[in-house]
Amino acid sequence: MVDEILTIFLDGAIYASWLFIVALGLTFVFGVLKILNIAHGGIYALGAYSTATLVPLFYLLGMPEQFVIIAMLFSALAVAIVITPIMERGILRRFYGQDEVLIVLVTYAIYLVLEDVQKLIWGMNSLYVSEPREILGALELGDLYYVGYDLALIGLAVFCGLALWLALNKTKSGKIVLAVIHNPEISGCMGVNVNRVYLSAFFIGAFLAALAGSFTAPLISVQVGISVAVVIESFAVVIIGGLGSIPGAVIGALIIGMARAACVHKLPEAEIFIMYFCMAGMLIFKPKGLFEGSQARKI
Amino acid sequence: MNIFRQCLILISSVLISLLSVVGSVNADNHKGFKLGVVTFLSGPAAEPFGVPAWNGGKLFIELLNAGKAPAPYDKVGFGGMKITAIPIDESGGATKQVQEFRNLVQRDKVDAVLGYVSSGDCMAIPSVADELKALTVLYDCGTPRVFEDASYKYVFRTAAHAAMDNIAIAKYLIEKGHDISSIAGINQNYAWGKDSWKDFSVSIKKLSPSSEVKNELFPKIFSGQYGTEISALMNSKAKVVHSSLWGGDLQSFILQAKPRGLFKRTQVVFSAGDHVMPGLGNKYPEGVILGARGQYGMMAPDTPLNKWFYKAYMDEYGVFPAQPPYRMVQGLMGLKMAVEKAMEKNGGKKPNKDQIATAFTGLEWEAPGGLVQMKLGNGHQAIQPHAIGKTVKGSDGNITVTDIVRYKASCVNPPNGIKAVDWINAGFPGADC
Amino acid sequence: MSQKFYTNIFFQSILLMILLIVVGIFIPNWLVFVMTKAIAYGLVGLGIITLMRGGLVSFGQGLVFGIGGYTAGLLGTQAGLTDAILLLFISFVFTGFLGLIIAPLLARYRDIFFAMLSLAFSMVLYGILIKIDAIGGSDGFVLPESTYFGIEPLAEYADYSLYVVSIIMTGIISIALRYYYNSTPGLIALAVRENELRVEYLGSSAFNVTVLNFTIAAGLGGMGGALNGIALGHIDPEFTYWTTSGEFVFISILAGYLSVPAVFLAALLLELVRSFSGRYFPDTWQLILGVFLILSIIFLPSGIGSFFKKFFDKINKNINK
Repeated sequence: MVDEILTIFLDGAIYASWLFIVALGLTFVFGVLKILNIAHGGIYALGAYSTATLVPLFYLLGMPEQFVIIAMLFSALAVAIVITPIMERGILRRFYGQDEVLIVLVTYAIYLVLEDVQKLIWGMNSLYVSEPREILGALELGDLYYVGYDLALIGLAVFCGLALWLALNKTKSGKIVLAVIHNPEISGCMGVNVNRVYLSAFFIGAFLAALAGSFTAPLISVQVGISVAVVIESFAVVIIGGLGSIPGAVIGALIIGMARAACVHKLPEAEIFIMYFCMAGMLIFKPKGLFEGSQARKI
Repeated sequence: MNIFRQCLILISSVLISLLSVVGSVNADNHKGFKLGVVTFLSGPAAEPFGVPAWNGGKLFIELLNAGKAPAPYDKVGFGGMKITAIPIDESGGATKQVQEFRNLVQRDKVDAVLGYVSSGDCMAIPSVADELKALTVLYDCGTPRVFEDASYKYVFRTAAHAAMDNIAIAKYLIEKGHDISSIAGINQNYAWGKDSWKDFSVSIKKLSPSSEVKNELFPKIFSGQYGTEISALMNSKAKVVHSSLWGGDLQSFILQAKPRGLFKRTQVVFSAGDHVMPGLGNKYPEGVILGARGQYGMMAPDTPLNKWFYKAYMDEYGVFPAQPPYRMVQGLMGLKMAVEKAMEKNGGKKPNKDQIATAFTGLEWEAPGGLVQMKLGNGHQAIQPHAIGKTVKGSDGNITVTDIVRYKASCVNPPNGIKAVDWINAGFPGADC
Repeated sequence: MSQKFYTNIFFQSILLMILLIVVGIFIPNWLVFVMTKAIAYGLVGLGIITLMRGGLVSFGQGLVFGIGGYTAGLLGTQAGLTDAILLLFISFVFTGFLGLIIAPLLARYRDIFFAMLSLAFSMVLYGILIKIDAIGGSDGFVLPESTYFGIEPLAEYADYSLYVVSIIMTGIISIALRYYYNSTPGLIALAVRENELRVEYLGSSAFNVTVLNFTIAAGLGGMGGALNGIALGHIDPEFTYWTTSGEFVFISILAGYLSVPAVFLAALLLELVRSFSGRYFPDTWQLILGVFLILSIIFLPSGIGSFFKKFFDKINKNINK
């Protein structure tokens, strides 16, 4: 019995960590730029693909195994560096100040483009990069076997969440970003380079999306279509947690993660359905999520 | 931006008129045989499944058109008609596939369509095929229900359905004395996965009534992430874990479960486990009991026809042929025999769909995987012999299959007129082993 | 709007319908099929346009698209009802009715929240549908061939019969919609889009208009779903997936909310791209659509419709002279 609860807890935590890393960038970008970035899923896929390309190269060059994590971080960074100027400066910036929903549609168009860009660059084949998964060994907990890598995901999620939260609330630049979140116009009047804040925020969001993809790559077969489910799963997390809220994303990820783990162990038939059920429940009772970002109504 | 608007409208109208003209003036290739080939060319099923199948098909069609295949397939193309193949990607779901099928038949005016890996597509296409009177050969999909739930005039399946895979594995486990006191399953949440699990679990229950089901998991197809499911399976401590996972899902499952020791702690059986062997190579776990959905790949029979095919594929692609190319070639061979048989009857002219359909019904032909007989579904559904084996690491360090047991077609396939699940429930009456 | 305007619209539409029906005789079968599908998608697009006039974009029309399709399918397989006209009509009314029930829940939300809410609802339905094996689960099921007033058409005319029926029914609906758009609630919707608060201060209810628009959109979406299902002869939960909803939004943005025929033209463009993509450009069709969408948002913010509106306005002015 205790065994089972422990398993559900661990499985839930691992899945929740994955969800959190994936959704963090999405909710952050919304919080700062007020853009719901559907292309977030596309950037995730690009992160996975770039890791699947760079890591084998890394091994080929004979680098020591321990530093493969750095290769993965670097591949995520590379994606963010390439994507941010094209997306934010090149396309999205034209639409600032216009209808929120219009920008969402633009991100949807970019999502479509990214789907085909993946196909054009990497072809239709599935890529595998499972080596990094084995470097952290395995953990035996009684009867159960857990791969160290999966557990380390929990650590990564906590690290990302804390790092971002601390950066926002305890550093000077973070407080400037908070000011821009609250009111971009006044911040601009007070001398903040709002455009630069937007660019940096988008970069962080893109980096987090690519990071999620990079660290997921060793777990799956990297192929066309991995972005589709990610879009909807990250949406579910932010709907439950509230758009723009980091603690919200934590709670949202935990709710979905634990619910799903419990279902797989106890009620497998409901497993596919449970995420949408949580979404529906939240929508009926508290449509703006658990921690809604406050928005003053302008007349 | 007036210019842009005007350009847009101009381009749209020109496009529409052009396309309708182009579409209808598509060369009606009367002299040759136009064949639409549908299989997974993108997505999770492409690399382990669709692409090798199309590779096998492509190669075989080339050899046929050059007259280089061995007897009785030595005539050029189909009865002297050169084959033009139009490959179409099977991804996108059943509704999209229905549309692509209609395009092949109505716009490209193909003489026949050969394809379909996914059971979902195989449930959707046949009624459209009969509605459009289009000759259709289902070469791979597994759900027994296609010809059990309905009957069709122009649709044929040239390979045995999945009941065979699961019944044979159940028998193998019993015959080899494995402990089957408790079983669990992880299968995809659609026709193929659900039918596979049902056929397996009911067979086990019939052959060993004291066996109990510990866990039945049905993750979404193409989900690719099985961490939680693997924990649940290990927690259940079932003695046997059954899975009909295939393609990218099977690869992901193996890669995720192996480091966690699933394959060491329980007897895993894969009803369709061989097609990921070329890709995984020595990463494939040992001790797995698997079926290749027929006598294919490493379990293929030692016949001259198989030797020829195995070598031709290996020479061309540098890797051994697993189930997918075997099945596509098997289908092409059947179609060829049917077309040529129809031509004998009608005096050597290009046969029409009705003539080919008549010739195909009840047909039998030799394939690299053994004798194929269209015995079920009133002559529209094939049965074939089967083989089950176990993986082991050879002395050279490569994964190979050993302990192979072969089953006659009539041993593991239901007879005509009875549904697979009913046959299993009744205790396999009339099975000829 | 003057009486002459309404008469003009009526006759222009009838003319267009007759033209399309006649053209349908000469074009190849596959094109008839593509156009029927375009009409189906166009209907859903019209629903989104109706909402867009009120300032809302629904990213979850897959919900009603799926409900309409499954309604038609289930009536066909369970109740033996195969009359296409009846099925389309019942789907329209039933889905519209469901829309009326859900609308108050959604009508309070604006902008991004409305879009996300509608998306979420459609995904909830998706999650339910793939689990219900009785209606095929994730495989869906096959729809029986349709009849028209009891007659089952010959195989070669099946596509054309459905095409004619859909042209006529859609034509009538389009005319009705155009009348609605120029009526009081229709124009209030435009005002709500500009500034909702002021509309409320002037005495109208933005909430009521939104509920009405949502109901209409639901009915249209349901009918489109039924038509799409009948045309294909197959339905599956993919109808409610968010990517399908995205396609409807694509059509609406391309068309803009100013003109009704523009919606069908945009839908036809999408269907043609989709139809040829499988064989000729499987790797780049989404790219093309995406680029098209961005370009039209940048350069043609009111959609193709703005061009149509100018065109028809000119015709009307000349007729009125």
